[in-house]
Amino acid sequence: MRFSHILAGLALSASLVGVAHARDQISIVGSSTVYPFATIVAEKFGQSSGFKTPVIESTGTGGGMKLFCAGIGLEHPDITNASRAMKSGEAELCASNGVEFQEFIVGNDGLAFSNSNASANFEISIAHIAAALAAELPGGGKTNISNAAMSANMLTSWAEVDAFVANMGGASAGLPDQPISIMIPPPTSGTRDAMGSLFMKAGWKKLGLDGDGYKNLREDGKAIEMGENDALIIEKLVAGPEMFGIFGYSFFDQNRDKVQASVVDGVELNFDNIASYEYPGARPLFFYVKKQHMGVVPGMKEFISEFVSEKAMGMDGYLFPAGLVPLAEDSFAEQVEARNSL
Amino acid sequence: MNNPTDMLTAQQRQDIIRHSLQKRHKTERRLRWAGLTAITIAISFLVILISNIFLNGYTALLQSELQVEMTIPKAELVDENGDLDAARIMTFNWNGLVKKAFRKKFPDVKGMMDKRSLGDLVSDNAGYELRLQIEKNPELMEQNLFWIKTSDDVDMYMKGRLDASLPEKMRRLDDKQIGWVDQLKEVSEIRKVFNTGFFTTADSREPESAGILGAVVGSAMALMVTIILALPLAVMAAIYLEYFARPGRVTDLIEVNINNLAAVPSIVFGLLGLSVFLGFFNMPRSAPLVGGMVLALMTLPTIIIATRASIRAVPTSIRDAALGVGASRMQAALDHVLPQAAPGILTGTIIGIAQALGETAPLIMIGMVAFVVDVPTSITDPATALPVQIFIWSDSAERAFYERSSLAIMVLLVFLISMNLLAVILRRRYEKTW
Repeated sequence: MRFSHILAGLALSASLVGVAHARDQISIVGSSTVYPFATIVAEKFGQSSGFKTPVIESTGTGGGMKLFCAGIGLEHPDITNASRAMKSGEAELCASNGVEFQEFIVGNDGLAFSNSNASANFEISIAHIAAALAAELPGGGKTNISNAAMSANMLTSWAEVDAFVANMGGASAGLPDQPISIMIPPPTSGTRDAMGSLFMKAGWKKLGLDGDGYKNLREDGKAIEMGENDALIIEKLVAGPEMFGIFGYSFFDQNRDKVQASVVDGVELNFDNIASYEYPGARPLFFYVKKQHMGVVPGMKEFISEFVSEKAMGMDGYLFPAGLVPLAEDSFAEQVEARNSL
Repeated sequence: MNNPTDMLTAQQRQDIIRHSLQKRHKTERRLRWAGLTAITIAISFLVILISNIFLNGYTALLQSELQVEMTIPKAELVDENGDLDAARIMTFNWNGLVKKAFRKKFPDVKGMMDKRSLGDLVSDNAGYELRLQIEKNPELMEQNLFWIKTSDDVDMYMKGRLDASLPEKMRRLDDKQIGWVDQLKEVSEIRKVFNTGFFTTADSREPESAGILGAVVGSAMALMVTIILALPLAVMAAIYLEYFARPGRVTDLIEVNINNLAAVPSIVFGLLGLSVFLGFFNMPRSAPLVGGMVLALMTLPTIIIATRASIRAVPTSIRDAALGVGASRMQAALDHVLPQAAPGILTGTIIGIAQALGETAPLIMIGMVAFVVDVPTSITDPATALPVQIFIWSDSAERAFYERSSLAIMVLLVFLISMNLLAVILRRRYEKTW
């Protein structure tokens, strides 16, 4: 029997049972940062609405967009979570497949730049973070001539980063002579994109550098790319007191007994500083709803009403203890308006 | 007479032999010693791993509960006939009832913030679980004393997994909250009981209500599909290859491919499932049906190889005798050889299925790595699988999920060990030697 026969057999049995299925619960994909919040809402919704509990996959923002924009129909997800706004390329993909969507902002989050509680707390600037992570720096970071040609980043310790930032005209932060080792999110993650724009791009500018050199991260083992598993980063931070990790605020909040967040640009990572966007790593979190699925999948409108509500997203809402920073009032009002217009 | 040993005396010859014998014995001892060391290292790693999992996980077998005195407002929940009204039960503020009743225990606590942090000691799902209990057994409404689940943070503290000696801001419970819990402990209105919920519910965002039943059912459904698809196909393929296929280049090619397929990384089958089953046949995402089909593709080569080996182990005389008395080739294969080979086939299948039980990678691609709260009731319902549940919990921020994932690992290990044990027993019992 050839493999193709086996496949054909499988396909036959598949076509007998599979095709005529109707989905009676909402299917959600997307960001692992929004996942903990979306799952809380989904569970409450399932308990109190009489609809089935939505099924949520944590695929990363990029992976979620790809699935979400793949088309209309019950085999495609209804909602995708995102820890950054939809990119133009993704919007084009959606458009080319006829997908119409509505964007919602869930709340705010802050990128924690953290290390183990057992180590010294860092007071750092985004210029330091950018200099520590960029693939190339003027003169490899070892010279004080800011217009030196770009070459591979040679900085190996935080003290060297500090000296380089000072040479570039930034303020020295008095960082110790400790080797650089930073765990960063994977490229499919929205947290990675947020890191790219909030830390790398802004930090690059602060260093007084032009161009898009901030886009390339060093690949010499100083920046360690992790999977979509923030719990693992926490474990590694505890095991390696010299390491740093970048992840969302809720993870930091749940693990305060193990890790601490560095003060970035003189601003501490906490609720107030994220809400006011004083913290440089503050960013909004999103979810996108497929308009064509409204009224097709049971419970869509009710689920969105549950999510976009004072009792979930608000100051006294149940997402607050999980680490979601509520939106400002006017922004929240906009979300409610968008919800009502659906 | 050129051989030098011939010129040696008997004594010298004996010396040489003794010397070389000593050397050979020494080598043998060294080898034995090396083997023993390797096994010791392997076993000690296994012991470390398992005891680590056990130490992390055994506490998840217990769940903290606290005692609350409350009267359930029956009048608000029943219709004119005195029967429970589903809609009223659904909209009733159960959590409010539970938290209010709990706060009564501490009449001295005043102020919004304090009241809130007092309420945080109770599980957010306590109200919902009370509702489920009452829906199942309305007589409970007459009762006044209830044991309700604590929040996961209190649970961690009760199990000694929250270090109260840490500075306050580095803990999930502040000094006041710990004080309240200690007060409850003194009057024994907080207790730890066996965590039955872990085995009777599916996933939840609240660690204290999360269970593995959904994942176990999902795994069972997927494996059922795997067995139904893979076993007959594999046995037929093996019989064909052994008895009917004409030896030649095509047969060789198939054989090589089957052996290669057995070594293909499992994620590849997931990708195949994504593009063929989901993409082409539009089958549902996250369904055990598709999971089972992907796992069937993965285990197929393993079972084919095992089946062929056990068919080959049946003496040809049995087949020859069958053919000799006039049986057709099919009759000889199905009625005479296959029954003799069955124990071997079964063993191979069980080992293949055990392997499939532990797989996560192909399930990621077809969406079975998901948050699914409802226990699946059909093979097209969304579901997770046991190893996937472990993966999801280990990735959760809440500390209490950590012990739960360890307990889930233990459950998975119990399943794996019992399957492998079954394979050994079947082999011992039914294996024939000719």
